[in-house]
Amino acid sequence: MEIFGIPSALFGSQLLIGLINGSFYAILSLGLAIIFGLLNIINFAHGAQYMMGAFVAWIALTRFGINYWAALLLSPVLIGLLGVVLERTMLRKLYKLDHLYGLLLTFGLALIFEGVFRDRYGISGQSYEVPELLQGGINLGFMFLPIYRAWVVVAALTVCFGTWFMIEKTKLGAYLRAGTENPQMVQALGINVPLLITFTYGYGVALAAFAGVLAAPIYQVSPMMGSNLIIVVFAVVVIGGMGSIMGSIVTGLGLGLIEGLTRVFYPEASAVVVFVIMVIVLLVRPAGLFGRTA
Amino acid sequence: MHVRNLLTLACTAAFAALAGSAHAQISGNTVKVGVLTDMSGTYSDLAGAGAVLATQMAIDDFVAAEKPDFKVELVSADHQNKADIASNKAREWFEREGVDTVTELVSTTTALAVMKVAKEMNRITLMSGPGSTPITNEQCTDLNVHYTYDTYALANGTARAVTQQGGDSWFFLTADYAFGQALEKDSSAVVTATGGKVLGSVRHPFPASDFSSFLLQAQASGAKIIGLANAGADTTNAIKQAAEFGITPKQQLAGLLMFISDVHSLGLKNTQGMYLTTGFYWDLNDDTRAWSQRFFEKQKRMPTMVQAGQYSSVMHYLKAVKAAGTDDAGKVMAQMKATPINDFFATNGRIRDDGRMVHDMYLAQVKSPAESKGPWDYYHIRQTIPGDEAFQPLSESRCPLVKK
Repeated sequence: MEIFGIPSALFGSQLLIGLINGSFYAILSLGLAIIFGLLNIINFAHGAQYMMGAFVAWIALTRFGINYWAALLLSPVLIGLLGVVLERTMLRKLYKLDHLYGLLLTFGLALIFEGVFRDRYGISGQSYEVPELLQGGINLGFMFLPIYRAWVVVAALTVCFGTWFMIEKTKLGAYLRAGTENPQMVQALGINVPLLITFTYGYGVALAAFAGVLAAPIYQVSPMMGSNLIIVVFAVVVIGGMGSIMGSIVTGLGLGLIEGLTRVFYPEASAVVVFVIMVIVLLVRPAGLFGRTA
Repeated sequence: MHVRNLLTLACTAAFAALAGSAHAQISGNTVKVGVLTDMSGTYSDLAGAGAVLATQMAIDDFVAAEKPDFKVELVSADHQNKADIASNKAREWFEREGVDTVTELVSTTTALAVMKVAKEMNRITLMSGPGSTPITNEQCTDLNVHYTYDTYALANGTARAVTQQGGDSWFFLTADYAFGQALEKDSSAVVTATGGKVLGSVRHPFPASDFSSFLLQAQASGAKIIGLANAGADTTNAIKQAAEFGITPKQQLAGLLMFISDVHSLGLKNTQGMYLTTGFYWDLNDDTRAWSQRFFEKQKRMPTMVQAGQYSSVMHYLKAVKAAGTDDAGKVMAQMKATPINDFFATNGRIRDDGRMVHDMYLAQVKSPAESKGPWDYYHIRQTIPGDEAFQPLSESRCPLVKK
């Protein structure tokens, strides 16, 4: 059986792979969306923080024998703390200024982080083995699905929807949202808004590091792994609507699928299809698919 | 009395002038070797700081062994794989700093840009890192040496060997730019000529990080061999993910441009059994081991073929300067072309009219983790490919300098 001239098995497998890549986009763009939505900072260091998350996992395993599961917790905590330090010492001073300042600062930080890791570990990257429990794969009939990839989808979606739930449905989330709408009023009600904001940035950064650990067994752990991805993820955030939590999750998954299909029908265009969609969305709905009107 | 003094003075002056003119054969009595390479980007592990070190080793060894009456200096810079940066730097070196030769030049775009500048300024270029064949064909110059390898030799070596050993149906995963397409074209020709079939190819964007979609298309083709017509991080990611999706070992991969640094970074588990063609391996014989060990002590990595070739090319150049007694580009190049190259890197290597340095290449197969005795013990050398078979024959050359 064929769908649009493509064997249905290949079609199905490409959809599944699109979903897997989409979950990476979703978790990375979610972190960016939270940071932008609540701090008004365009976090260009997100790709570098993702890379550092993967490196922490690799260093933990090779130097200290700390396994994947522990790294999945340890790495986001460490990199999240680094985020907290950055927020307290640098980003805090920029909230009143134009977006551009935050963008430039975080871009500079990204270059420094990448430079340090490149100098220390070289460019070719390091290999990180798939944890024993998740090795092997399942034959789905139309494709061989590595168990690890299935795990990535489950883990990423769980974290994404957990985050969405926390922000949209819990009291903490309500404080956060209120704090960004009217910080003076919330502060007057006795809530420590600066602390909330620090926590938010740390959490957004921790999401990037979490994605980094998920990515480590799939890609080579290399200093430039984040810079290749970050531009696409920014496009995802713009398409979803800057700052929209649900928008970034849904758009991340959707664009993963579209990209996957492009790789079958016209592979040469697969690197640009996301940006073509971004242009169309910006023309038709400048605030993004899920954005509130700007 | 005065007359005699005057005579002595005149004699001394004349002698000094004469001696001066003998020295003036080498401008400033200093030979300056420039290393223009990728210090921070994709190719910095296979060339980069290791290539600078290899150059310094060549200079030190040359000075110690040959005791030249001129000085040799090294300058180096990062060209960031950008043609404009590379050609500006080369021009600055030639015009202001009196650099005699610009070397290494990994990545074809920087290589071609600097070749033009060097030709215009009448200086020599020595290329170890770049791979594309236009360097010795359409764009060839009489002052350039393409030293270590090229895509023709790699495609020829690997594709031929793999096809002959039963891998007679191929599917290509090709980086969608000039280099990848050239590599695919060269390899396809070899596969077909050796009696194999090319079932198809997919062009992936450059750079790409997720190869699963492309790999599944390669899997669906049913080809025995998946040819990787890409390089660097694209190749390593594709290899890693092929193992993850259970594509290898049912179908085999052939890396058409792989360096020992790639194998080191991927590990033997992911790369075992792969064939690749290389111009150098550290563990070939006592000479290669001795040199590589010295390199390893300083760099903490074994040399790639690019770094080993860099040493050899700079050494050959410096010896030619000494023998010719001048740093004049034309005379030094004539000397380089007239002298065969015999060192740890090449046996009876020679430089052709198109600038191609012809030397033996090696077909290697990556060892399994069980076969390897430790880090850097990675290759079985399966075959030595004689230089004349490895490289494009002059009869096929598209270089205008080649008289047919």
